[in-house]
Amino acid sequence: MAIEARPTAEKSWIEQVAPGWWAVGLILLAMPAFAGDFVLFQVFGWTFVLGMIALSLMFLAGYGGMVSLIQMTVGALGGYMVAILGTSGTALSLGLPWWLYIPAAILIASLFGTLVGALAVRTEGIYTIMITLAIASAFFYFTRQNYGIFNGYSGFNLVVPPQLFGIDWRQPVPFYYLTLVCAALSYAAVVYVARTPFGLALQGVRDNPRRMAALGFSVTAHRVAAYTFASVIAAVGGILLVWQNAQVSPGTAGIPQVIDILVIAVVGGLKRPIGPFIGALIYVLLRVFSPDVLLAFGLSGERFKLLIGMGFLLIVFFSPDGVLGLWEKWRARRAHAVDPLSGAVRDTAGGGRP
Amino acid sequence: MKRFTTHHPVWSVIIAIVVAVILWLIFAPWPAGLEETFGRKRIFLNAVFGGITLGALYFLVAAGFTLIFGLMRNVNLAHGSLYLLGGYLGFEISDATGSWLLAFPVVFIVVAALGLLLQHQVFRRMDGQDLRQTLVTIGLSVVLADIMLWIWGGQSYTILAPDWLSGPVELPVVSGVGKDGQPAWLRFPAVRIAILVAAIVIGVAMWLVLNRSRLGMLIRAGVDDREMLTASGVRIQYVFLAVFAFGAGLAGVGGIVGGTFQSLSPGEDTRFLLASLVVVIVGGMGSIPGAALGALIIGLAEQLGLVYAPTYSVVFTFLIMALVLAFRPQGLLGQGR
Repeated sequence: MAIEARPTAEKSWIEQVAPGWWAVGLILLAMPAFAGDFVLFQVFGWTFVLGMIALSLMFLAGYGGMVSLIQMTVGALGGYMVAILGTSGTALSLGLPWWLYIPAAILIASLFGTLVGALAVRTEGIYTIMITLAIASAFFYFTRQNYGIFNGYSGFNLVVPPQLFGIDWRQPVPFYYLTLVCAALSYAAVVYVARTPFGLALQGVRDNPRRMAALGFSVTAHRVAAYTFASVIAAVGGILLVWQNAQVSPGTAGIPQVIDILVIAVVGGLKRPIGPFIGALIYVLLRVFSPDVLLAFGLSGERFKLLIGMGFLLIVFFSPDGVLGLWEKWRARRAHAVDPLSGAVRDTAGGGRP
Repeated sequence: MKRFTTHHPVWSVIIAIVVAVILWLIFAPWPAGLEETFGRKRIFLNAVFGGITLGALYFLVAAGFTLIFGLMRNVNLAHGSLYLLGGYLGFEISDATGSWLLAFPVVFIVVAALGLLLQHQVFRRMDGQDLRQTLVTIGLSVVLADIMLWIWGGQSYTILAPDWLSGPVELPVVSGVGKDGQPAWLRFPAVRIAILVAAIVIGVAMWLVLNRSRLGMLIRAGVDDREMLTASGVRIQYVFLAVFAFGAGLAGVGGIVGGTFQSLSPGEDTRFLLASLVVVIVGGMGSIPGAALGALIIGLAEQLGLVYAPTYSVVFTFLIMALVLAFRPQGLLGQGR
């Protein structure tokens, strides 16, 4: 989100950045000055983390045309690896130093994501959803039964980030900045990769795999590589999620959680990298505040799932491109209203939007 | 069959040997050496028969799923919710009326009506948009799961089987040799036998309808080429409605069956959705015989895995799926894409 606010040497590029992005970046950077700990840690920290995992799904679905439900599982595996290789409250942990276990966790999770991708790209379209969902469920049941490595039903607790530079990264303000930086970096990486030759070829593969194959591109290799890239982002997100909760268990990647990531990405919009973060913010706000609202209406606070499901259904029904799609429709209508005589859609978008 | 044997002689021999070994394992009394390495024959037989019954249940649930998928290209991820809903309704009905059999037609009709409503009001509005339809089913499964949790709570229910089906029956299968040298016959719960028979009857009936009736002809034509069928003047929306209602009703009936010989609780919906997914992936998407074969394989793998390697029974299921995907992505009996 805030990456657009990063100053660079290219003047013309800075000028292209819309004022709105500067404002968003500044507000996010200055957030700790006026927001409470709960908002920083629970609302925004969680938003960025879920947004990153959903972003990896958005990258696959939006640029690669592959709706993969494995992203949450990849993230959870990253979290598990941090718990197993690093330190936790369980005797199973190996207790390696942080500079070893964090890269190793990301590597292992990405490897897993790549393997799943290699299996999933053998099929297309909705088959991908089925296969990735089946593998995600298999992971859930496997971790629940396996006590030798994954510690079964209870999983690992007391999984906390390492104390680097004398800072406790689980305190609200450091954690906020940690997740903000990670989210901004992944956002920038997705925006950048989408514009590289690889990203363009991937979008070509999405639009017409046969033509791309005829042009000499390896369709399978591009898709698997997309899975690898998305898995890295999902793994980082998963590790942050585990650090935030300080525990990881099979429920971290249970079927509802896997579905939630899809809900977040779809509600936000699968066309733009910013969509997952918007979706995540909506989801987190619903999760955090809907019990109070429901109680105010005399309903049990447990019914927030119903609310989220209903909201998701409404979005899918009326705006397949998510909230961003609604916003764009509204803007297009307004642009038309401004200039009814010529009938031309005025370009009110401004530059700098990916 | 004949064509298969002439085209793939090696595979035919392998399949014949495997079938012969399995039949021998089931029907012949085991020699002492085998019992030492594998454990008692009774345990093996119970696992096999349990696996076959579980496969029958999986088939009931997955048949509707694969039919809907094959015809409408709609991955109905709310299928597990229909299963659980059918189970809860069946529990309520058999609890209120005391009649286990009555629950079947009522649940079939109610859940099929729900399926009709879904197809007519929801999926028809987004015809041809596979992804959107699938997303809608995900949203529906979330909503349905929460509503069911609201109504029936988190505890687990078991539907009581009627008296005439309770207790074991003796099967003409030797489970071991008694002390007096007399063969001991395998005893197996009558309910499970009934479920197995019912699943076979339903499977054969589906096969007959699909292959011998006009509706079946339309459905098969729709699976093969939907546009051409529409162009030739068939009102495909009616076929869709019929198939969706039937598939949904079958899932509901599966819920009663599952609630009778297992239990109903929140989370069972995703379990059976997963089972349907794996069965359909293994068997071949859109193929009824494929669903039967896949259900049998997955049921057996799950039960045998549970007996001989309890920690890794899920991995067996998953491994089978991965192997099928790697070597035959369209599924064992799938027609290709």
